[in-house]
Amino acid sequence: MAKAPKVFGLMAEYENPQDLYHACEQVRDAGYAAWDAYTPFPVHGLEKAMGLRSSLVPWIVCVMGFTGAGLGFLMQYWMSAVDYPLIIAQKPFNSYPAFVPVTFEPGILLGSFGAVFGMLGLNRLPQLYHSVFNSKRFARVTDDRFFIAIEARDPRYDAEDTKAFLAETGALSVEEVED
Amino acid sequence: MSAHGHDEPVVRPEQVRISDKSIWSKLPIIMGVIGLAGLGGAYALGGGDHGGEHGNDFYFSYLTSAMFWLALSLGGLFFVLVQHAARAGWSIVCRRIAENMALTLPIMAILVIVGVFMGSHDLFHWTHTEVVAVDPMLKWKEPYLNESSFKVRALVYLAVWSILGLFYWFTSTSQDDASSPQEIKAKSHKMRWAAPLGIAVFALSLTFSAFDWLMSLDPHWFSTIFGAYYFAGAVVSTHAFIALLVILLHRSGYLRGVVTKEHFHDLGKMMFAFTVFWAYMAFSQYMLIWYASIPEETEWFSYRGAGDYLTLSIVLVFARFAFPFLGLISRHIKRNPKTLAFWAVWILVAEFIDMFWLIDPVGPYNANNHHPSIEFGLVDILCFVGIGGVWLAVLTWGLSRKALVPVNDPRLAESVHFENF
Repeated sequence: MAKAPKVFGLMAEYENPQDLYHACEQVRDAGYAAWDAYTPFPVHGLEKAMGLRSSLVPWIVCVMGFTGAGLGFLMQYWMSAVDYPLIIAQKPFNSYPAFVPVTFEPGILLGSFGAVFGMLGLNRLPQLYHSVFNSKRFARVTDDRFFIAIEARDPRYDAEDTKAFLAETGALSVEEVED
Repeated sequence: MSAHGHDEPVVRPEQVRISDKSIWSKLPIIMGVIGLAGLGGAYALGGGDHGGEHGNDFYFSYLTSAMFWLALSLGGLFFVLVQHAARAGWSIVCRRIAENMALTLPIMAILVIVGVFMGSHDLFHWTHTEVVAVDPMLKWKEPYLNESSFKVRALVYLAVWSILGLFYWFTSTSQDDASSPQEIKAKSHKMRWAAPLGIAVFALSLTFSAFDWLMSLDPHWFSTIFGAYYFAGAVVSTHAFIALLVILLHRSGYLRGVVTKEHFHDLGKMMFAFTVFWAYMAFSQYMLIWYASIPEETEWFSYRGAGDYLTLSIVLVFARFAFPFLGLISRHIKRNPKTLAFWAVWILVAEFIDMFWLIDPVGPYNANNHHPSIEFGLVDILCFVGIGGVWLAVLTWGLSRKALVPVNDPRLAESVHFENF
Protein backbone atom coordinates (compact mmCIF):
# COMPACT_ATOMS: atom_id res chain seq x y z
CA MET A 1 0.00 0.00 0.00
CA ALA A 2 1.50 3.29 -1.10
CA LYS A 3 1.90 5.87 1.64
CA ALA A 4 -0.28 8.95 1.18
CA PRO A 5 2.05 11.77 0.09
CA LYS A 6 2.74 14.50 2.63
CA VAL A 7 1.20 17.87 1.86
CA PHE A 8 3.51 20.89 1.42
CA GLY A 9 0.69 23.39 1.43
CA LEU A 10 -1.78 25.29 -0.69
CA MET A 11 -0.83 27.30 -3.75
CA ALA A 12 -2.95 30.08 -5.21
CA GLU A 13 -2.42 31.49 -8.69
CA TYR A 14 -3.05 35.14 -9.64
CA GLU A 15 -3.51 36.89 -12.94
CA ASN A 16 -1.49 40.07 -12.29
CA PRO A 17 0.70 41.87 -9.72
CA GLN A 18 -2.23 43.98 -8.41
CA ASP A 19 -4.28 40.90 -7.49
CA LEU A 20 -1.22 39.31 -5.91
CA TYR A 21 -0.42 42.48 -3.98
CA HIS A 22 -3.89 42.69 -2.44
CA ALA A 23 -3.97 38.97 -1.79
CA CYS A 24 -0.67 39.28 0.08
CA GLU A 25 -2.16 42.00 2.26
CA GLN A 26 -5.07 39.69 3.13
CA VAL A 27 -2.81 36.72 3.90
CA ARG A 28 -0.63 38.98 6.06
CA ASP A 29 -3.68 40.34 7.93
CA ALA A 30 -5.06 36.83 8.45
CA GLY A 31 -1.92 36.16 10.51
CA TYR A 32 -0.21 33.45 8.48
CA ALA A 33 3.51 33.10 9.16
CA ALA A 34 4.83 30.26 6.95
CA TRP A 35 4.04 31.51 3.47
CA ASP A 36 5.67 33.18 0.50
CA ALA A 37 4.85 35.00 -2.72
CA TYR A 38 6.39 34.08 -6.10
CA THR A 39 6.62 36.47 -9.06
CA PRO A 40 8.37 36.61 -12.45
CA PHE A 41 9.85 40.04 -11.64
CA PRO A 42 10.31 42.20 -8.53
CA VAL A 43 7.00 43.75 -7.49
CA HIS A 44 7.51 47.16 -5.93
CA GLY A 45 6.45 47.40 -2.29
CA LEU A 46 5.51 43.72 -2.01
CA GLU A 47 7.58 43.44 1.14
CA LYS A 48 5.17 45.88 2.79
CA ALA A 49 2.10 43.97 1.57
CA MET A 50 3.66 40.80 2.92
CA GLY A 51 4.60 42.44 6.22
CA LEU A 52 8.23 41.34 6.00
CA ARG A 53 10.61 42.60 8.65
CA SER A 54 13.64 44.56 7.45
CA SER A 55 16.54 42.41 6.38
CA LEU A 56 19.41 41.31 8.62
CA VAL A 57 21.90 41.63 5.75
CA PRO A 58 22.98 45.25 6.57
CA TRP A 59 23.98 44.18 10.09
CA ILE A 60 25.96 41.23 8.74
CA VAL A 61 27.72 43.55 6.29
CA CYS A 62 28.46 46.03 9.06
CA VAL A 63 29.99 43.43 11.39
CA MET A 64 31.91 41.72 8.59
CA GLY A 65 33.18 45.04 7.21
CA PHE A 66 34.54 46.29 10.51
CA THR A 67 35.99 42.83 11.25
CA GLY A 68 37.76 42.84 7.89
CA ALA A 69 39.15 46.33 8.42
CA GLY A 70 40.29 45.48 11.94
CA LEU A 71 41.98 42.23 10.88
CA GLY A 72 43.59 43.98 7.91
CA PHE A 73 45.12 46.56 10.21
CA LEU A 74 46.27 43.99 12.76
CA MET A 75 47.85 41.89 10.04
CA GLN A 76 49.96 44.82 8.86
CA TYR A 77 50.82 45.89 12.38
CA TRP A 78 51.95 42.41 13.25
CA MET A 79 54.01 42.02 10.07
CA SER A 80 55.67 45.46 10.15
CA ALA A 81 56.06 46.08 13.85
CA VAL A 82 56.25 42.63 15.47
CA ASP A 83 57.22 39.79 13.19
CA TYR A 84 59.65 41.42 10.78
CA PRO A 85 60.36 45.05 11.65
CA LEU A 86 62.21 46.94 8.93
CA ILE A 87 63.13 50.59 8.84
CA ILE A 88 61.64 52.04 5.67
CA ALA A 89 62.22 55.67 4.68
CA GLN A 90 62.93 56.60 8.31
CA LYS A 91 59.33 55.92 9.23
CA PRO A 92 58.30 54.23 12.50
CA PHE A 93 57.55 50.49 12.42
CA ASN A 94 53.91 51.14 13.12
CA SER A 95 53.40 53.60 10.25
CA TYR A 96 49.64 53.55 10.37
CA PRO A 97 49.01 56.04 7.51
CA ALA A 98 50.67 53.54 5.19
CA PHE A 99 48.36 50.79 6.48
CA VAL A 100 45.13 52.58 5.55
CA PRO A 101 44.71 51.37 1.94
CA VAL A 102 45.27 47.74 2.93
CA THR A 103 43.00 48.19 5.96
CA PHE A 104 40.29 49.45 3.64
CA GLU A 105 40.51 46.55 1.18
CA PRO A 106 39.74 43.62 3.55
CA GLY A 107 37.00 45.77 5.02
CA ILE A 108 35.38 45.94 1.58
CA LEU A 109 36.17 42.29 0.87
CA LEU A 110 34.60 40.86 4.02
CA GLY A 111 31.75 43.35 3.75
CA SER A 112 30.94 42.08 0.26
CA PHE A 113 31.24 38.48 1.43
CA GLY A 114 28.81 39.35 4.19
CA ALA A 115 26.39 40.82 1.66
CA VAL A 116 26.53 37.94 -0.83
CA PHE A 117 26.77 34.97 1.52
CA GLY A 118 24.55 36.61 4.13
CA MET A 119 21.87 37.05 1.49
CA LEU A 120 22.28 33.48 0.26
CA GLY A 121 22.26 32.11 3.80
CA LEU A 122 19.18 34.03 4.90
CA ASN A 123 17.37 32.89 1.74
CA ARG A 124 18.59 29.32 2.41
CA LEU A 125 20.15 29.19 -1.03
CA PRO A 126 21.28 27.23 -2.95
CA GLN A 127 18.43 24.72 -2.63
CA LEU A 128 18.43 21.52 -4.62
CA TYR A 129 14.77 20.75 -4.04
CA HIS A 130 11.70 22.83 -3.37
CA SER A 131 8.18 21.50 -3.07
CA VAL A 132 6.57 24.34 -5.05
CA PHE A 133 7.93 22.80 -8.26
CA ASN A 134 5.60 19.83 -7.73
CA SER A 135 2.86 22.06 -9.12
CA LYS A 136 2.50 21.96 -12.90
CA ARG A 137 0.96 25.43 -12.98
CA PHE A 138 3.92 26.88 -11.12
CA ALA A 139 6.04 26.71 -14.29
CA ARG A 140 4.38 29.95 -15.41
CA VAL A 141 5.93 31.84 -12.47
CA THR A 142 8.90 32.54 -14.73
CA ASP A 143 6.61 33.94 -17.38
CA ASP A 144 3.29 35.65 -16.61
CA ARG A 145 1.68 34.31 -13.43
CA PHE A 146 1.90 35.19 -9.75
CA PHE A 147 1.64 32.75 -6.85
CA ILE A 148 1.16 32.56 -3.11
CA ALA A 149 1.94 29.36 -1.24
CA ILE A 150 0.83 28.85 2.37
CA GLU A 151 2.66 25.96 3.99
CA ALA A 152 0.96 23.17 5.92
CA ARG A 153 3.32 23.69 8.86
CA ASP A 154 1.75 27.09 9.56
CA PRO A 155 -0.23 26.81 12.85
CA ARG A 156 -3.20 28.58 11.25
CA TYR A 157 -3.19 26.19 8.29
CA ASP A 158 -6.35 24.18 7.73
CA ALA A 159 -6.82 22.24 4.51
CA GLU A 160 -10.41 23.38 4.02
CA ASP A 161 -10.53 26.83 5.61
CA THR A 162 -7.26 28.04 4.08
CA LYS A 163 -8.34 26.83 0.68
CA ALA A 164 -11.63 28.73 0.95
CA PHE A 165 -9.76 31.79 2.24
CA LEU A 166 -7.32 31.79 -0.68
CA ALA A 167 -10.12 31.36 -3.18
CA GLU A 168 -11.74 34.50 -1.79
CA THR A 169 -8.56 36.57 -2.30
CA GLY A 170 -9.11 36.64 -6.05
CA ALA A 171 -7.11 33.57 -7.01
CA LEU A 172 -7.57 32.02 -10.45
CA SER A 173 -7.07 28.60 -8.90
CA VAL A 174 -6.04 27.06 -5.59
CA GLU A 175 -4.35 23.67 -5.47
CA GLU A 176 -2.79 21.42 -2.89
CA VAL A 177 0.92 20.78 -3.46
CA GLU A 178 2.81 17.67 -2.34
CA ASP A 179 5.86 18.02 -0.17
CA MET B 1 1.56 60.25 -15.23
CA SER B 2 0.84 56.52 -15.35
CA ALA B 3 -0.52 56.18 -11.84
CA HIS B 4 -2.68 59.30 -12.18
CA GLY B 5 -5.14 58.90 -14.96
CA HIS B 6 -7.42 61.67 -13.72
CA ASP B 7 -6.84 65.40 -13.95
CA GLU B 8 -5.43 65.94 -10.46
CA PRO B 9 -2.19 67.97 -10.72
CA VAL B 10 1.01 66.34 -9.51
CA VAL B 11 1.64 69.15 -7.02
CA ARG B 12 -0.81 71.69 -5.67
CA PRO B 13 0.13 75.40 -5.73
CA GLU B 14 -0.03 75.74 -1.94
CA GLN B 15 2.62 73.01 -1.67
CA VAL B 16 5.12 74.71 -3.94
CA ARG B 17 4.35 78.44 -3.99
CA ILE B 18 5.54 80.57 -1.07
CA SER B 19 2.68 82.72 0.14
CA ASP B 20 3.11 86.50 0.43
CA LYS B 21 2.25 86.30 4.11
CA SER B 22 4.93 83.74 4.86
CA ILE B 23 8.17 84.70 6.58
CA TRP B 24 9.99 83.18 3.60
CA SER B 25 8.83 85.97 1.32
CA LYS B 26 10.28 88.57 3.72
CA LEU B 27 13.60 86.77 4.09
CA PRO B 28 15.25 88.27 0.98
CA ILE B 29 15.02 91.76 2.50
CA ILE B 30 15.88 90.66 6.04
CA MET B 31 18.86 88.63 4.83
CA GLY B 32 19.98 91.36 2.49
CA VAL B 33 20.02 93.92 5.31
CA ILE B 34 21.83 91.51 7.64
CA GLY B 35 24.30 90.69 4.90
CA LEU B 36 25.16 94.28 4.03
CA ALA B 37 25.34 95.23 7.70
CA GLY B 38 27.64 92.26 8.36
CA LEU B 39 29.92 93.07 5.45
CA GLY B 40 30.02 96.75 6.38
CA GLY B 41 30.71 95.95 10.02
CA ALA B 42 33.44 93.46 9.14
CA TYR B 43 35.16 95.93 6.84
CA ALA B 44 34.85 98.77 9.34
CA LEU B 45 36.34 96.64 12.12
CA GLY B 46 38.99 94.76 10.22
CA GLY B 47 39.45 96.32 6.80
CA GLY B 48 42.37 98.44 7.91
CA ASP B 49 44.14 95.55 9.65
CA HIS B 50 46.82 94.30 7.33
CA GLY B 51 48.02 91.38 9.38
CA GLY B 52 49.78 92.20 12.61
CA GLU B 53 51.95 89.76 14.51
CA HIS B 54 49.24 87.12 14.49
CA GLY B 55 48.69 87.44 10.77
CA ASN B 56 45.00 87.39 11.64
CA ASP B 57 44.01 89.48 8.73
CA PHE B 58 40.58 90.68 7.68
CA TYR B 59 41.06 89.20 4.22
CA PHE B 60 41.81 85.75 5.61
CA SER B 61 38.54 85.84 7.56
CA TYR B 62 36.74 87.15 4.51
CA LEU B 63 38.16 84.49 2.21
CA THR B 64 37.24 81.72 4.68
CA SER B 65 33.57 82.68 4.65
CA ALA B 66 33.53 83.52 0.95
CA MET B 67 34.91 80.11 0.01
CA PHE B 68 32.42 78.44 2.37
CA TRP B 69 29.40 80.06 0.71
CA LEU B 70 30.90 79.76 -2.78
CA ALA B 71 31.17 76.01 -2.16
CA LEU B 72 27.39 75.85 -1.70
CA SER B 73 26.79 77.86 -4.90
CA LEU B 74 29.13 75.64 -6.89
CA GLY B 75 27.70 72.51 -5.32
CA GLY B 76 24.21 73.66 -6.32
CA LEU B 77 25.39 74.08 -9.90
CA PHE B 78 27.04 70.65 -9.79
CA PHE B 79 23.82 69.08 -8.50
CA VAL B 80 21.81 70.58 -11.38
CA LEU B 81 24.39 69.56 -13.99
CA VAL B 82 24.89 66.02 -12.80
CA GLN B 83 21.20 65.27 -12.33
CA HIS B 84 20.51 66.47 -15.89
CA ALA B 85 23.46 64.57 -17.32
CA ALA B 86 22.36 61.38 -15.56
CA ARG B 87 18.72 62.08 -16.48
CA ALA B 88 17.90 61.31 -12.87
CA GLY B 89 14.28 61.03 -11.81
CA TRP B 90 14.42 61.09 -8.03
CA SER B 91 16.09 64.49 -7.77
CA ILE B 92 13.65 66.59 -9.80
CA VAL B 93 11.76 67.75 -6.69
CA CYS B 94 15.05 69.02 -5.19
CA ARG B 95 16.39 70.55 -8.40
CA ARG B 96 14.81 73.97 -8.09
CA ILE B 97 16.47 74.49 -4.72
CA ALA B 98 19.82 73.64 -6.29
CA GLU B 99 19.06 75.98 -9.20
CA ASN B 100 18.44 78.77 -6.70
CA MET B 101 21.75 77.94 -4.98
CA ALA B 102 23.49 78.25 -8.35
CA LEU B 103 21.67 81.54 -8.96
CA THR B 104 23.90 83.03 -6.25
CA LEU B 105 26.99 82.32 -8.40
CA PRO B 106 27.23 85.71 -10.16
CA ILE B 107 27.12 87.65 -6.90
CA MET B 108 29.27 85.11 -5.03
CA ALA B 109 31.92 85.15 -7.74
CA ILE B 110 31.97 88.96 -7.54
CA LEU B 111 32.24 88.86 -3.73
CA VAL B 112 35.15 86.41 -3.86
CA ILE B 113 36.89 88.30 -6.63
CA VAL B 114 36.55 91.67 -4.90
CA GLY B 115 38.06 90.05 -1.80
CA VAL B 116 41.02 88.42 -3.52
CA PHE B 117 41.71 91.47 -5.70
CA MET B 118 41.56 93.96 -2.83
CA GLY B 119 43.39 91.68 -0.43
CA SER B 120 45.82 90.18 -2.91
CA HIS B 121 48.91 91.61 -1.19
CA ASP B 122 47.74 90.48 2.22
CA LEU B 123 46.66 87.03 1.09
CA PHE B 124 49.11 86.04 -1.61
CA HIS B 125 52.82 86.13 -1.00
CA TRP B 126 53.57 85.71 -4.67
CA THR B 127 52.02 89.09 -5.58
CA HIS B 128 55.05 90.85 -4.06
CA THR B 129 57.51 91.19 -6.92
CA GLU B 130 60.44 91.69 -4.55
CA VAL B 131 59.68 88.29 -2.95
CA VAL B 132 59.41 86.54 -6.30
CA ALA B 133 62.67 88.09 -7.50
CA VAL B 134 64.71 86.27 -4.84
CA ASP B 135 62.73 83.04 -4.80
CA PRO B 136 63.71 80.63 -7.61
CA MET B 137 60.63 78.48 -7.12
CA LEU B 138 58.21 81.38 -7.36
CA LYS B 139 60.15 82.74 -10.30
CA TRP B 140 59.69 79.42 -12.03
CA LYS B 141 55.96 79.54 -11.33
CA GLU B 142 55.63 83.14 -12.46
CA PRO B 143 54.10 82.37 -15.88
CA TYR B 144 51.07 81.03 -14.00
CA LEU B 145 51.24 82.84 -10.69
CA ASN B 146 51.29 86.49 -11.68
CA GLU B 147 48.71 89.13 -10.94
CA SER B 148 47.48 89.82 -14.44
CA SER B 149 46.88 86.21 -15.44
CA PHE B 150 45.38 85.61 -11.98
CA LYS B 151 42.87 88.40 -12.62
CA VAL B 152 42.03 87.20 -16.11
CA ARG B 153 41.40 83.69 -14.81
CA ALA B 154 39.19 85.02 -12.02
CA LEU B 155 37.07 86.87 -14.56
CA VAL B 156 36.80 83.73 -16.68
CA TYR B 157 35.53 81.73 -13.68
CA LEU B 158 33.05 84.50 -12.93
CA ALA B 159 31.80 84.50 -16.52
CA VAL B 160 31.57 80.71 -16.84
CA TRP B 161 29.76 80.21 -13.52
CA SER B 162 27.39 83.12 -14.07
CA ILE B 163 26.46 81.90 -17.54
CA LEU B 164 25.82 78.34 -16.31
CA GLY B 165 23.97 79.39 -13.16
CA LEU B 166 21.75 81.90 -14.94
CA PHE B 167 21.16 79.62 -17.94
CA TYR B 168 19.79 76.83 -15.77
CA TRP B 169 17.80 79.14 -13.54
CA PHE B 170 16.14 81.00 -16.41
CA THR B 171 15.53 77.96 -18.60
CA SER B 172 14.04 75.99 -15.74
CA THR B 173 11.83 78.78 -14.39
CA SER B 174 10.62 79.68 -17.88
CA GLN B 175 9.58 76.03 -18.27
CA ASP B 176 7.19 76.65 -15.35
CA ASP B 177 5.32 79.20 -17.45
CA ALA B 178 5.49 77.33 -20.74
CA SER B 179 2.15 76.00 -21.89
CA SER B 180 2.67 73.83 -24.97
CA PRO B 181 4.04 70.31 -24.50
CA GLN B 182 6.57 70.90 -27.31
CA GLU B 183 7.98 73.96 -25.58
CA ILE B 184 8.20 72.14 -22.23
CA LYS B 185 9.96 69.22 -23.86
CA ALA B 186 12.33 71.47 -25.77
CA LYS B 187 13.44 73.21 -22.57
CA SER B 188 14.11 69.89 -20.83
CA HIS B 189 16.14 68.76 -23.83
CA LYS B 190 18.09 72.01 -23.91
CA MET B 191 19.04 71.72 -20.23
CA ARG B 192 20.01 68.08 -20.60
CA TRP B 193 22.01 68.77 -23.75
CA ALA B 194 24.09 71.45 -22.04
CA ALA B 195 24.81 69.39 -18.92
CA PRO B 196 27.78 67.24 -20.04
CA LEU B 197 29.53 70.27 -21.55
CA GLY B 198 28.72 72.21 -18.42
CA ILE B 199 30.30 69.50 -16.27
CA ALA B 200 33.57 69.67 -18.23
CA VAL B 201 33.73 73.46 -17.96
CA PHE B 202 32.68 73.32 -14.31
CA ALA B 203 35.35 70.74 -13.40
CA LEU B 204 38.15 72.80 -14.94
CA SER B 205 37.01 76.16 -13.57
CA LEU B 206 36.46 74.79 -10.07
CA THR B 207 39.84 73.06 -10.03
CA PHE B 208 41.75 76.12 -11.15
CA SER B 209 39.81 78.51 -8.93
CA ALA B 210 40.71 76.30 -5.95
CA PHE B 211 44.35 76.44 -7.09
CA ASP B 212 44.23 80.21 -7.46
CA TRP B 213 42.29 81.21 -4.38
CA LEU B 214 43.19 78.51 -1.85
CA MET B 215 46.30 76.62 -2.90
CA SER B 216 48.32 79.69 -3.93
CA LEU B 217 47.97 81.08 -0.39
CA ASP B 218 51.08 78.97 0.15
CA PRO B 219 52.68 79.39 -3.27
CA HIS B 220 55.47 76.89 -2.68
CA TRP B 221 53.07 74.10 -2.02
CA PHE B 222 51.29 72.13 -4.68
CA SER B 223 48.86 69.25 -4.78
CA THR B 224 47.24 68.11 -8.01
CA ILE B 225 44.29 66.66 -6.10
CA PHE B 226 43.50 69.98 -4.43
CA GLY B 227 40.65 70.92 -6.78
CA ALA B 228 38.93 67.61 -6.11
CA TYR B 229 39.42 68.19 -2.37
CA TYR B 230 37.52 71.48 -2.48
CA PHE B 231 34.93 69.91 -4.78
CA ALA B 232 34.30 66.96 -2.43
CA GLY B 233 33.62 69.30 0.48
CA ALA B 234 31.39 71.48 -1.68
CA VAL B 235 29.25 68.55 -2.80
CA VAL B 236 28.79 67.00 0.63
CA SER B 237 27.75 70.36 2.10
CA THR B 238 25.40 71.04 -0.81
CA HIS B 239 23.42 67.88 -0.20
CA ALA B 240 23.37 68.70 3.51
CA PHE B 241 22.12 72.20 2.77
CA ILE B 242 19.37 70.99 0.41
CA ALA B 243 18.17 68.49 3.02
CA LEU B 244 18.22 71.14 5.74
CA LEU B 245 16.36 73.69 3.61
CA VAL B 246 13.66 71.17 2.71
CA ILE B 247 13.23 70.26 6.37
CA LEU B 248 12.80 73.97 7.21
CA LEU B 249 10.32 74.41 4.35
CA HIS B 250 8.40 71.37 5.62
CA ARG B 251 8.08 73.08 8.98
CA SER B 252 6.47 76.08 7.28
CA GLY B 253 4.08 73.72 5.50
CA TYR B 254 5.71 73.71 2.06
CA LEU B 255 6.80 70.74 -0.05
CA ARG B 256 4.97 68.29 2.22
CA GLY B 257 4.10 65.20 0.22
CA VAL B 258 6.34 66.48 -2.60
CA VAL B 259 9.77 65.94 -1.09
CA THR B 260 9.29 62.80 0.97
CA LYS B 261 11.42 60.67 3.22
CA GLU B 262 12.41 58.72 0.11
CA HIS B 263 14.18 61.87 -1.14
CA PHE B 264 15.67 62.48 2.31
CA HIS B 265 17.01 58.95 2.14
CA ASP B 266 18.71 59.69 -1.19
CA LEU B 267 20.09 63.05 -0.02
CA GLY B 268 21.42 61.25 3.04
CA LYS B 269 23.06 58.63 0.82
CA MET B 270 24.78 61.39 -1.13
CA MET B 271 25.92 63.05 2.12
CA PHE B 272 27.33 59.72 3.24
CA ALA B 273 28.95 58.93 -0.11
CA PHE B 274 30.63 62.32 -0.46
CA THR B 275 31.76 62.24 3.18
CA VAL B 276 33.67 59.11 2.22
CA PHE B 277 34.80 60.75 -1.02
CA TRP B 278 36.13 63.75 0.90
CA ALA B 279 38.07 61.40 3.19
CA TYR B 280 39.41 59.61 0.13
CA MET B 281 40.63 62.89 -1.39
CA ALA B 282 41.99 64.25 1.89
CA PHE B 283 43.80 61.05 2.75
CA SER B 284 45.19 60.53 -0.75
CA GLN B 285 46.61 64.04 -0.58
CA TYR B 286 48.05 63.47 2.89
CA MET B 287 49.44 59.99 2.44
CA LEU B 288 51.43 60.66 -0.73
CA ILE B 289 52.97 63.76 0.79
CA TRP B 290 53.73 61.98 4.07
CA TYR B 291 55.22 58.99 2.28
CA ALA B 292 57.38 60.93 -0.18
CA SER B 293 58.49 63.34 2.55
CA ILE B 294 59.63 66.10 0.18
CA PRO B 295 60.17 69.32 2.18
CA GLU B 296 58.23 71.76 0.00
CA GLU B 297 55.23 69.45 0.17
CA THR B 298 55.35 68.42 3.83
CA GLU B 299 55.70 72.03 4.94
CA TRP B 300 51.99 72.64 4.31
CA PHE B 301 51.02 69.88 6.74
CA SER B 302 53.74 70.65 9.24
CA TYR B 303 52.47 74.13 10.09
CA ARG B 304 48.94 72.71 10.33
CA GLY B 305 50.42 70.45 13.00
CA ALA B 306 51.82 73.35 15.07
CA GLY B 307 50.21 74.88 18.17
CA ASP B 308 46.42 75.05 18.16
CA TYR B 309 46.28 73.98 14.53
CA LEU B 310 47.26 70.44 15.50
CA THR B 311 44.10 70.22 17.58
CA LEU B 312 42.12 71.66 14.68
CA SER B 313 43.58 69.08 12.27
CA ILE B 314 42.51 66.24 14.57
CA VAL B 315 39.08 67.81 15.03
CA LEU B 316 38.75 68.02 11.25
CA VAL B 317 39.42 64.30 10.76
CA PHE B 318 36.67 63.40 13.22
CA ALA B 319 34.21 66.17 12.33
CA ARG B 320 34.49 65.77 8.60
CA PHE B 321 34.86 62.01 8.35
CA ALA B 322 34.79 59.67 11.35
CA PHE B 323 31.62 60.89 13.10
CA PRO B 324 29.42 61.58 10.04
CA PHE B 325 30.59 58.29 8.52
CA LEU B 326 29.37 56.31 11.52
CA GLY B 327 26.37 58.58 12.03
CA LEU B 328 25.02 58.36 8.49
CA ILE B 329 25.45 54.62 7.92
CA SER B 330 21.98 53.70 9.11
CA ARG B 331 19.00 53.85 6.77
CA HIS B 332 16.75 54.93 9.65
CA ILE B 333 18.87 58.00 10.38
CA LYS B 334 18.73 59.08 6.74
CA ARG B 335 14.95 58.63 6.55
CA ASN B 336 14.18 60.55 9.74
CA PRO B 337 14.11 64.34 9.12
CA LYS B 338 15.21 65.14 12.70
CA THR B 339 18.34 62.99 12.66
CA LEU B 340 19.12 63.97 9.07
CA ALA B 341 18.85 67.65 10.02
CA PHE B 342 21.33 67.06 12.84
CA TRP B 343 23.92 65.59 10.47
CA ALA B 344 23.21 68.25 7.85
CA VAL B 345 24.05 71.00 10.35
CA TRP B 346 27.06 69.00 11.49
CA ILE B 347 28.37 68.68 7.93
CA LEU B 348 27.94 72.41 7.27
CA VAL B 349 29.88 73.24 10.44
CA ALA B 350 32.58 70.79 9.35
CA GLU B 351 32.78 72.48 5.94
CA PHE B 352 33.44 75.78 7.68
CA ILE B 353 36.10 74.18 9.89
CA ASP B 354 37.67 72.78 6.72
CA MET B 355 37.78 76.20 5.02
CA PHE B 356 39.21 77.73 8.20
CA TRP B 357 41.81 74.95 8.35
CA LEU B 358 42.83 75.55 4.73
CA ILE B 359 43.08 79.34 4.98
CA ASP B 360 43.72 80.52 8.51
CA PRO B 361 47.09 78.83 9.32
CA VAL B 362 48.72 80.65 6.39
CA GLY B 363 48.64 84.02 8.19
CA PRO B 364 50.71 82.99 11.24
CA TYR B 365 52.98 80.95 8.97
CA ASN B 366 53.74 83.97 6.80
CA ALA B 367 54.37 85.95 9.97
CA ASN B 368 56.88 83.29 11.13
CA ASN B 369 54.82 82.52 14.22
CA HIS B 370 55.78 78.98 15.21
CA HIS B 371 53.40 78.61 18.13
CA PRO B 372 50.19 79.98 16.69
CA SER B 373 47.01 80.15 18.68
CA ILE B 374 43.65 80.14 16.92
CA GLU B 375 41.92 83.49 16.99
CA PHE B 376 38.32 83.48 15.97
CA GLY B 377 36.71 86.81 16.62
CA LEU B 378 33.98 89.24 15.75
CA VAL B 379 35.42 89.97 12.30
CA ASP B 380 35.23 86.27 11.38
CA ILE B 381 31.63 86.10 12.55
CA LEU B 382 30.68 89.30 10.73
CA CYS B 383 32.28 88.06 7.51
CA PHE B 384 30.35 84.79 7.79
CA VAL B 385 27.06 86.55 8.52
CA GLY B 386 27.71 89.23 5.91
CA ILE B 387 28.50 87.00 2.97
CA GLY B 388 25.96 84.44 4.16
CA GLY B 389 23.29 87.13 4.39
CA VAL B 390 23.84 88.23 0.81
CA TRP B 391 23.92 84.59 -0.32
CA LEU B 392 20.71 83.73 1.53
CA ALA B 393 19.02 86.89 0.25
CA VAL B 394 19.54 85.76 -3.35
CA LEU B 395 18.52 82.20 -2.53
CA THR B 396 15.31 83.14 -0.71
CA TRP B 397 14.49 85.69 -3.42
CA GLY B 398 14.54 82.82 -5.90
CA LEU B 399 12.57 80.55 -3.59
CA SER B 400 9.80 83.04 -2.91
CA ARG B 401 9.54 84.34 -6.47
CA LYS B 402 9.22 81.04 -8.31
CA ALA B 403 7.74 77.63 -7.58
CA LEU B 404 9.78 75.44 -5.22
CA VAL B 405 9.90 72.59 -7.75
CA PRO B 406 10.04 72.64 -11.57
CA VAL B 407 6.25 72.27 -11.86
CA ASN B 408 6.25 71.56 -15.60
CA ASP B 409 9.06 69.06 -15.69
CA PRO B 410 7.68 66.14 -17.72
CA ARG B 411 8.91 63.67 -15.12
CA LEU B 412 7.83 65.49 -11.97
CA ALA B 413 5.26 62.80 -11.11
CA GLU B 414 7.95 60.13 -11.33
CA SER B 415 10.03 62.12 -8.86
CA VAL B 416 7.17 62.78 -6.41
CA HIS B 417 6.20 59.10 -6.33
CA PHE B 418 9.78 57.88 -6.20
CA GLU B 419 10.49 55.04 -3.78
CA ASN B 420 13.72 53.39 -2.68
CA PHE B 421 14.00 49.64 -2.85
